Amino acid sequence: MKDVSLGARLLVRMLRAGELTLLAFALTLAVASMATVGLFSDRTRIALEQEANRLLGADLVLTSSRPLDADLRKEAVARGLSAISTLAFRSMVIRAENTLLAEITAVEPGYPLRGTTRIATGRSEESEVPVAIPATGTLWADERLFGQLGLKVGEQVGLGNRRFTVAALLAQDPSLTLSVLGMGPRLVMSRDDVASTGLIAPGSRVVHRLLVAGARESVESYRQWAMQRLPAGVRLEGVRDARPEIRNALERAERFMSLAALTAVALATVAVMLAGRRFQHRQLDVCAMLRCLGASQWRVFRLQLVQLVGVGVIASLAGALLGYASQMLLGHWLASMVGIDLPQPGVAAALRASVLGLVLLLSFGLPPLLSLRQIPALRVLRRELGGPGTAGAMAYVLGAACVAALVLWHAGDIRLGGYVLAGSAGTLFAAGVLTWLCLRLLKSVSAGVGVSWRYGIASLRRRPLATVWQVVALALGLAAVLTLTLIRSDLLRAWQGNLPADAPNRFLINIQSDEVAPIESLLGSRLGTKPEFYPMVRARLVAINGTPVDPSQYGDDRARRLVEREFNVSWTETLPAHNRITAGVWLRAATAAEPALSVEEGIARTLGVKLGDRLTYDVAGERFVAPVTSLRKVEWDSFRVNFFVIGSPGLLAGYPATYITSFHLPPRSSDVVNDLIARFPTVVVIDVASLVFQVQAMIEQVSRAITFIFLFTVAAGVLVLYAGIVATHDERLREVAIMRTLGANRRQVLRAYATEFALIGALAGLFAAAAATGLGYFLSRNLLGLPYSSDPVVWLLGLGVGVFGVCGAGIFFTRRVLATPPLASLRQLA
Amino acid sequence: MRPIVEAVGLVKQVISDGRALNIVDDVSLSVFPGESVAIVGVSGSGKSTLLGLLAGLDTPTSGKVVLDGQELSTLTEDGRAAVRARVLGFVFQSFQLLPALTAIENVMLPLELAGAPDARRTANALLDRVGLGQRLTHYPKQLSGGEQQRVAIARAFATGPKLLLADEPTGNLDAATGARIVELMFELNRERGATLLLVTHDESISSRCQRTLRLAAGRLLSGELV
Repeated sequence: MKDVSLGARLLVRMLRAGELTLLAFALTLAVASMATVGLFSDRTRIALEQEANRLLGADLVLTSSRPLDADLRKEAVARGLSAISTLAFRSMVIRAENTLLAEITAVEPGYPLRGTTRIATGRSEESEVPVAIPATGTLWADERLFGQLGLKVGEQVGLGNRRFTVAALLAQDPSLTLSVLGMGPRLVMSRDDVASTGLIAPGSRVVHRLLVAGARESVESYRQWAMQRLPAGVRLEGVRDARPEIRNALERAERFMSLAALTAVALATVAVMLAGRRFQHRQLDVCAMLRCLGASQWRVFRLQLVQLVGVGVIASLAGALLGYASQMLLGHWLASMVGIDLPQPGVAAALRASVLGLVLLLSFGLPPLLSLRQIPALRVLRRELGGPGTAGAMAYVLGAACVAALVLWHAGDIRLGGYVLAGSAGTLFAAGVLTWLCLRLLKSVSAGVGVSWRYGIASLRRRPLATVWQVVALALGLAAVLTLTLIRSDLLRAWQGNLPADAPNRFLINIQSDEVAPIESLLGSRLGTKPEFYPMVRARLVAINGTPVDPSQYGDDRARRLVEREFNVSWTETLPAHNRITAGVWLRAATAAEPALSVEEGIARTLGVKLGDRLTYDVAGERFVAPVTSLRKVEWDSFRVNFFVIGSPGLLAGYPATYITSFHLPPRSSDVVNDLIARFPTVVVIDVASLVFQVQAMIEQVSRAITFIFLFTVAAGVLVLYAGIVATHDERLREVAIMRTLGANRRQVLRAYATEFALIGALAGLFAAAAATGLGYFLSRNLLGLPYSSDPVVWLLGLGVGVFGVCGAGIFFTRRVLATPPLASLRQLA
Repeated sequence: MRPIVEAVGLVKQVISDGRALNIVDDVSLSVFPGESVAIVGVSGSGKSTLLGLLAGLDTPTSGKVVLDGQELSTLTEDGRAAVRARVLGFVFQSFQLLPALTAIENVMLPLELAGAPDARRTANALLDRVGLGQRLTHYPKQLSGGEQQRVAIARAFATGPKLLLADEPTGNLDAATGARIVELMFELNRERGATLLLVTHDESISSRCQRTLRLAAGRLLSGELV
């Protein structure tokens, strides 16, 4: 206790004297950048999730063909969540002598819980109706109903025993997502009106849904609760389960943000380590004096520990606060720029960053403290004694191991954390060895150059270990920044590349084979497009390698659903352009008559299907068996027609099939669709424009978030540079004082420094570019699943930023050294 | 009377260029309470090494040191530190003030380590005594060499040591300042009844001591003689 109080007093004195400023600053910024990145990516993640949930109309949807247990709803309400029920069923809609089978959604007030319904009443343009639902006795019908029945707003239609007024055109409805590809024309009505239609009787096919939304944690805990109690036949899904393209986009964005956060952690580690080294060095005299004054070894350790923990706690808390404040600013800025309000983050990320900062400090600071206590008291008489010895080197190994464990924990993903660690360690090692070699090479160069150059090179060679450290740290920082830049532009390019301005926004399904040619010519003549038509049959997977598929054998919810239902199987001789074979060979024309299947790699993984497995499918009661001859990678976010399973033509051509296609409908061309519907009444048109629009908005949001996180990584990199230069401050002060005393002018010293920093920067920049290229290639390909193209700009950027950035910052950070009069320096360091 | 510090057959050997070299070679001496003793010799004669051995800052190759009745070689490193805390005060050639602490905090440090109740008051009084009452909150780098050595002297006397060890206390100071520092040290030594053992190559300082021990190549030339 006595030592805690004395240690605390010493801490205050050290802080006041500025001895701990760099360490505290490094740690504060490290924690702040980790907290900002953590908090901000949390917010963005929640926002993305909510944005995605707008597509679903809720955060979670429970679906069943039987009425849902009332407890499910009660529990949701008890947890403070909003919950509403909807019914979906099919029925004939009658207008005069025309009838049409429509999909009807009966909703309660509050629908949709997420996102908006858009309607047009004919009197004005489309408008958003965020919470309203059709009034009793009225319906909202979609454009297909309007087109196929020749409806006008205000007219009456018959539905079961009752007549309803069509009050509006339904332009956009979140429940679209739930029923894509499985539906006809749609209308929305109030649930209160359902009973009066007499349409729902025992035995009717009705889909009961419970829509749930609310605070993220509550939704998650409700999901956990509900998963335990779901009766057979009830499906629970969030947007990730519902739409593969959304799941892909979300997961990729999340991985990228974790990557950025991890990079901040890695850079922060280097900054804290450099600051810690300086602190330890400056504590040598303090510890020797304490020993001389009679303090025992453990007492010296305890006093130092109190200071280290003290500065750690103060800096970590300050960092967490700073991080919280800066991410709030970012949020506001983002809101004012693009009108997106990010949800409030929890404090967990800030706390985690604090703990991480403290552990970071202790893992690098504690082992040196253990060696500090053994400083011989004799150092007070002989200063050369008791430098940080091998214990220091061991300490860094131990510290690095702790940090590695932390990075893995922070990553929450062994693969991602492993890549970052391996990349960092590889860069560290390679840059270290190469710098060492370069220093040896520079020796032979330095003979034929001017005095400032020679001094600059000599300065690097005189402190080989310090130089290696600086180059390595800077290379690591720059490599992280360059890697993130590369991947970021790749990521955005890949996404935007996938969604060109003319991305398909309409799907046509249920096309009969004799309708393919006339529809193709209609689209060609009216829109000038020539979309691909794919045949498809509805098939259900019944056995893998002769073993019947049992849904209950799959632990994964998604896999269970996939084998419970039919899905669309297509056939074609040529590999669709946006598909890539990842294993096996494509169903070539020569073997097209042979039975063969090509399976999307994601679903193959989920279902445990491997290349060469024989799959048995059931198509309308008939079965066929075929081997899997290839696995494909599919760009789900391209909004083209994609299939999980494609068969060889010879295998499937005999089954009754319908065709599907997608095309881009330019704005103000809806008359094309009306004509199409009029000529081909059984063809179903699906408007995916709104879906595309929402996904594009999400991508916009993610790209902005990524820009911010990237800026923080740059800030952490600058801090590393600063810590590296400050670490040699005393030494430089002494050298410059001696040089100036011996008559060197300011210019000469400046030129020598410029040479030194430019060389450090050039080496660091080149290593960083090399590392970034390698790491970028690896991460893009293996982690983010994006194509990678080498960019020569990265080398120019690495070298340029390295030389000019390090030189400029180095001169700036050493300006005090240059400005201090020689006598003052010498006295200060005496 | 029991000596405050006694050395018997003290040897400190180092290996230099593969050859054994005795920096301190068979030195025996006794210093009694209240005495002032100077160890003189040219540079490299082993004066500072001998001082380090007597203070228990270093361990001898052979021989023994008895400090205030405790034989140092029987003690652990921490045991020797405890004896130092109880018995010794130090003044160094290069002052050895901690740069992050102000003048008063430097003087308070040994008192605080010893758990003294009135560290600040005691330190304040001592700094007043050495003429730095107005410079309490100055950092070492804001003080002149002479002023820094005064702070060091105040720190050395803070815990009321029985034995003050001084290693070339005027080595970094000009002659006039050095003379004033020596004067101050002797005054305080008298006032507080401490024993003074100092290492110097300055005959004018050694002449003020009651006894002078001459060291050459690690050997004592004029042992216990005055």
